[in-house]
Amino acid sequence: MNRRGFLKSAALGVGGILLPAKDSDASVWEAFFQKHFREMNDKEKKDVVARLEIEYMQKYKKRITVKSTPALPNVLYGYGLDLSRCIGCRRCVYACVTENNQSRKPQIHYITVLQFKQGEKWVSDLEEAKKYYNAEEVPEAGHFYMPVQCQQCERPPCVKVCPTQATWKEPDGIVVVDYNWCIGCRYCMAACPYGARKFNWGEPEIPLDEINTETHYLGNRPRLRGAVEKCTFCVQRVRENPGRYPACVEICPVGARKFGNLLDPNSEIRTLIETKRVFRLKEELNTQPKFYYFFSL
Amino acid sequence: MNNKLIYCLMFCLTAFFLPLYAEALDNSTTDDIPKYVTTKPEFTEGLFPCSSCHASMEPNRQRRELGFHTEIQLNHAQKQRWCLDCHDSSNRDMLKLANGDLVSFETSYNLCGQCHGNVFRDWKTGIHGKRVGYWNGDKTYYLCVNCHSPHSPRFKAVKPMPEPAKPQDVNKVQSTSLVEVGGTKLSIPQYKGRIK
Ligand code: SF4
Ligand code: SF4
Repeated sequence: MNRRGFLKSAALGVGGILLPAKDSDASVWEAFFQKHFREMNDKEKKDVVARLEIEYMQKYKKRITVKSTPALPNVLYGYGLDLSRCIGCRRCVYACVTENNQSRKPQIHYITVLQFKQGEKWVSDLEEAKKYYNAEEVPEAGHFYMPVQCQQCERPPCVKVCPTQATWKEPDGIVVVDYNWCIGCRYCMAACPYGARKFNWGEPEIPLDEINTETHYLGNRPRLRGAVEKCTFCVQRVRENPGRYPACVEICPVGARKFGNLLDPNSEIRTLIETKRVFRLKEELNTQPKFYYFFSL
Repeated sequence: MNNKLIYCLMFCLTAFFLPLYAEALDNSTTDDIPKYVTTKPEFTEGLFPCSSCHASMEPNRQRRELGFHTEIQLNHAQKQRWCLDCHDSSNRDMLKLANGDLVSFETSYNLCGQCHGNVFRDWKTGIHGKRVGYWNGDKTYYLCVNCHSPHSPRFKAVKPMPEPAKPQDVNKVQSTSLVEVGGTKLSIPQYKGRIK
């Protein structure tokens, strides 16, 4: 029996106790019985998106568009980050927060920039890294920097452990979360070896004038308290046609961040994998990240 | 038996597609440097076109301390060169390659690429430097000089943006404000008191 069917029969029995009364807001009912995103047909997706847009209008008094653009055919996204260039300025952290409507309070960041002392053991021992460095100026002499975010694993352990299948890997390789299906058990956070997943401990707060109103269902639409979220390579931007670069790529002042289609032999991501010294984080775990760190110097 | 069939099929497919792939590779090798869509070079206010002053001046090709343009500190292999190795003495609004060809300030990457060949190669493919636009469409390349001052190319240090709140402090965000960085507005937190 699927979740929908189970809930329906349960509702018949104990509906009066467990579920909102029939005369309460219809959208609460619809949200409660919403199908799994991957089981929806185009019509159902359209209805859900329309319902969300109305909800957001009521909540934020602002028109927020929600897209549900599917993956482009023959695309597998890959990311490159040039460790020879990154200066640890954290522009990427806040470009991401702004683009993706992360909660400002409690604070949520998808990107963590780690600072390492040169010559120290580092790659497999991220514990040694400084996360809260706060210098007058960066780069600080004798240090280097490594930003970490979701690595969009080809074999994502976070997906494997999710008891409700609220998180999955899309055909273009992006691992996404359906915030409406996430029950907040945080198994995925325990499973992710990269600390990439973030939990909404409180009601997410964003100043109204800072909300990005161009959103995607699987990406930067307003989140719910108790839901897990993570970097989606800016699914709302990269799935446009033509697809924009993710926000962190475009803000980086030193051009350390690269993005493209791994299936296109002429893309910058393929060229850099083939011509530079690249590595992936914690490769020994066989998560097969599609996030490649490289050295250009 | 089944396996054999599959291998057979794979072989046929490869035999069919390999020549196509090779052809595609051939077409993509081209020797001439295309003109890239780039951002504009930045000039010091009121200095360009150079000819507006230099046209009426007799060129002095003697290597010397300049009396004008004193804000320029040449810190870029200054032992081996000076102004007129890159700026053309007869056409001040153009740059000069080692072979005497003139190039515009908009295509100055041709000049930089003479010495920095491998960086130039990486820049063309998008591995070095910054590009904005569409990953599967038109891209705007930043010129070398948009990031590196041609007279003193080393990056200047910058102030980092605020550190993240520690887990116990995620609620100590007092407010956020929009700060403009290169034309994009970023939402930056202000923390209550000092974050320990
Ligand atoms: S914006 Fe670029 S240079 Fe700055 S921390 Fe991020 S990756 Fe590093
Ligand atoms: S980095 Fe973490 S959150 Fe991202 S796909 Fe891999 S396991 Fe999942």
